[in-house]
Amino acid sequence: MNKEFSVVGKPVIREDGLDKVTGRAKFADDYKFPGMLHAVMLRISSAHAKINSIDFSAIENDESLVSIITADDVPGTKKVGMIKNDQPIFCNEKVVTPGDVLAMIVGESEAKLHELVKKIKVDFTPLPLLTDPKKSLETDAVLIHPVEGSNLIIHHPLRKGNVEKGFAESEFVLEQTYSTQLIEHSYLEPEAVVAIPLETSLGVKVIGSIQNPFTTRRFVSEVLNFPLSKVRIQQAHLGGSFGGKDDIMCILSARAAVAAMKINRPVKIRYTREESILESYKRHPYVLNYKVGYNKSGKIQAMKIDILADGGAYASMSPFVTWRTVVQATGPYEIENVHTDVRAVYTNNPYTGAMRGFGSPQPIFAQESLMDEIAVQLNMTPDEIRKVNGYKSGSITATGQKLQNHEVNLLTVLETAEEDTGFRKKWLENKKDKSQLIEYDFSSPIINESQFISPDSLIKKGIGLAVSFRGCSLGAEGTDAASAYISIQNDGSVYLDCGLAENGQGLRTTYSIIAAEVFGISTDQIIYLELDTGTTPDSGPTVASRATLMGGGAVKATAEILRKRLEELIRSEWNLKSDDEIVFQNNQVLITNHQSPITFKDICKLAYQRGISLATIGWYKSPSVGWDEHVGQGDAYFTYVYGCQVAEVRVNIATGEIYVDKVTAVHDAGKVINMLGALGQVYGGVTQGAGYGIFEEVTTDKGFIRELNFDQYTIPTSKDIGEINPIFVEGKDIYGPWGAKSLGEPTLELTAAAISNAVYNAVGKRFFKLPMNLEEVLLSKKLRPEDLKRGSK
Amino acid sequence: MTEIKFIVNGKNVKVAVEPYIRLIDLLREKFDLTGTKEGCGVGECGACTVLMNGRAVNSCLVLAGQIDGNEILTIEGLANHNALHPLQKNFLLHGAIQCGFCTPGMVLSASALLNKNPNPDEEEIKDAIAGNLCRCTGYKQIIEAVKETAKEINSPSKQL
Repeated sequence: MNKEFSVVGKPVIREDGLDKVTGRAKFADDYKFPGMLHAVMLRISSAHAKINSIDFSAIENDESLVSIITADDVPGTKKVGMIKNDQPIFCNEKVVTPGDVLAMIVGESEAKLHELVKKIKVDFTPLPLLTDPKKSLETDAVLIHPVEGSNLIIHHPLRKGNVEKGFAESEFVLEQTYSTQLIEHSYLEPEAVVAIPLETSLGVKVIGSIQNPFTTRRFVSEVLNFPLSKVRIQQAHLGGSFGGKDDIMCILSARAAVAAMKINRPVKIRYTREESILESYKRHPYVLNYKVGYNKSGKIQAMKIDILADGGAYASMSPFVTWRTVVQATGPYEIENVHTDVRAVYTNNPYTGAMRGFGSPQPIFAQESLMDEIAVQLNMTPDEIRKVNGYKSGSITATGQKLQNHEVNLLTVLETAEEDTGFRKKWLENKKDKSQLIEYDFSSPIINESQFISPDSLIKKGIGLAVSFRGCSLGAEGTDAASAYISIQNDGSVYLDCGLAENGQGLRTTYSIIAAEVFGISTDQIIYLELDTGTTPDSGPTVASRATLMGGGAVKATAEILRKRLEELIRSEWNLKSDDEIVFQNNQVLITNHQSPITFKDICKLAYQRGISLATIGWYKSPSVGWDEHVGQGDAYFTYVYGCQVAEVRVNIATGEIYVDKVTAVHDAGKVINMLGALGQVYGGVTQGAGYGIFEEVTTDKGFIRELNFDQYTIPTSKDIGEINPIFVEGKDIYGPWGAKSLGEPTLELTAAAISNAVYNAVGKRFFKLPMNLEEVLLSKKLRPEDLKRGSK
Repeated sequence: MTEIKFIVNGKNVKVAVEPYIRLIDLLREKFDLTGTKEGCGVGECGACTVLMNGRAVNSCLVLAGQIDGNEILTIEGLANHNALHPLQKNFLLHGAIQCGFCTPGMVLSASALLNKNPNPDEEEIKDAIAGNLCRCTGYKQIIEAVKETAKEINSPSKQL
């Protein structure tokens, strides 16, 4: 009675879809409570300043004001952080970046508060500004957090083999520098949270647009000086996150909770888009130096990598983001000699933290550009060079880890992408048609006749690819386990809950599919419970594309505990022989040699009558990994996924515009559980990756962000990206539910690199700085307001 | 305060408001129609899209005074009692929803398109939703859902 999957891998309607499509789904700002107050933030227009005094006298007696909340009102920890406690809840001593909040005023009318906040007088002394991360470690650099003793947030070294010997033995050595830009998550829902004081002995409840309720709980409990059990976090429907509603929401929740407990009324904080972009953390800009030694055959002998990440004003997740970078910086290539240094530093720029990709899109842009450059130099095709160096089963990574226990499908995804797109033929064809971009000479802007181009030769086609490997889940970052709760009712309907929080990507649907598959029931029999830290077991954060692998593993383990109880009941009730098989399918239970199937409902009712518990919490713990931080060696992650994306572009050689016609995205994410969700991850990830590649950029001037709303910070619209073709290679793995692994981040990390290689194929020009916007393509530089001289000056 | 009368989701209503308050605030705060979302407040993201006399508008850019005597449809009024609008059904079937924050505006922009042009091609669909930002889906499944809805509308034999 071997059975095929009934729901796993099939298109299943989202568990929360009906509420979302009818407008009933409640997001954080949709919650209102009697007596609820609003809070508005006080900031100053400086990126680095010592605060001398704050004068509230102009507003103190205003009837619209209910309370002023400052650092003095914080009963517990005044500084918080994901890893280092360097970020004040309220900055009463100094500000280190323009998003910093000095205090908060609370009242009934948000509009009135916005008027009042302008009347508060802050006396401050500007401090020297540090906005260039390359200057952060100079001996005379101003210290952003003097107590840290240095502007270095973290340094991750990696040493394997002897890189100098490797270069000496190489026939060629190539050295290049790349840079990537600051970008904004751009979740469509700005931050919102409401804190509600509970009866005295119970503490506080917080409802918000919170990515990770358990992390938020830790922050709130530290700030209020409450035990964890007196802080209950409930997640509202989350309007997008992409890694971006972690620390910022922890801090906003703590601020709202401080106010709610002081005033003893519910307090809501909700941000406008401008405040959201101003204060929330972003993706790290990197500067990446690569030196690589290789032979005529294309075999890489040695790689020396030096990477600098701008962490901005606070450490946030920088130590973990850059750790993933150090593990994956060589790309999926077996190299005997590797010497890598990754550093993150403080500046007065907006702080940077977790964003989908998490330290991988930056090195992939560098290393995949490099591989193509070497291929062209050696007269090889991009796929050939990758086949010479790419990981195979049993390969040893830069961290000294042997790849095993899963199918190492790097070359499979590459070959699949190649075949599906006809890569090599197109690449060679485009390469022949190599007409240059039109170079503008600013000293004599008049174009002469020889430079005229007929309109039909303005557009050049290109194709490019990029490959990656990615460690699944947290790896050696920390403890990695997840739990789920399932309670089967006596009518066969099921309550399901998991400690990993829905981020909008559809994990609750994925978990419902997993439970439905184990019980052989349909997903509409499953009610997914709201995540509440008061009743749901802690499972760590929804990060690192770990939800399907870890939370899915926990749901499957939990469901299997209960199914086993039902099987034991059936065996004793019907006196089955030990080799009689029991199959749960189609809401029924089939038993070998038993005439008629029994409904799942009847079995559950029987269990209830026999006094058998059908509620339990199950657990899934990752196998252990190891890391020696002094040399960057160890089994960094317990398993990996592999991806290859091929971008097909057209480039307008007169305007520099890049049209992304098609992206073929081949991913080995292990077994696909939730097909509609998986497709959505690819479409969404590729689109975000393309935005990163060709136009998204947050620019700053003296630490201040210029693009504070979507009129200036542009993200891809429905018209910006062409066809996307997702292909899943379902490699086998001993971990995860039926071998399901990670997909969310792999889909995003490759696109910019593939586009860059495609543009090279189209116009013969290589790019070293993201984004490849019009100016970069045409002029090889970004045009910044401060670079332009206007008028007669 | 000014008294304004308008139709919201098929119901005649009147309300006394300052005429300069934004339609989005009127809907969310006075009528508790929280399906209309605010993503940017400057008419760039489309999350606050509602239909005004059948046309898609950004409710963050419309003032209460402007809607006097007009008909407003929000996401809450799109389904006919409990029967989903075909667009809503197809958004579900095609996986066109992830976080769902853009969904109400997206569905309403698409419905404004189909009201005007029941047989749009892919470019026309993209144009109609170009003012609705979505950061999750890459738009592909949304476009498929709109295409499928148009197909159903144009083949009456295939009942919903």
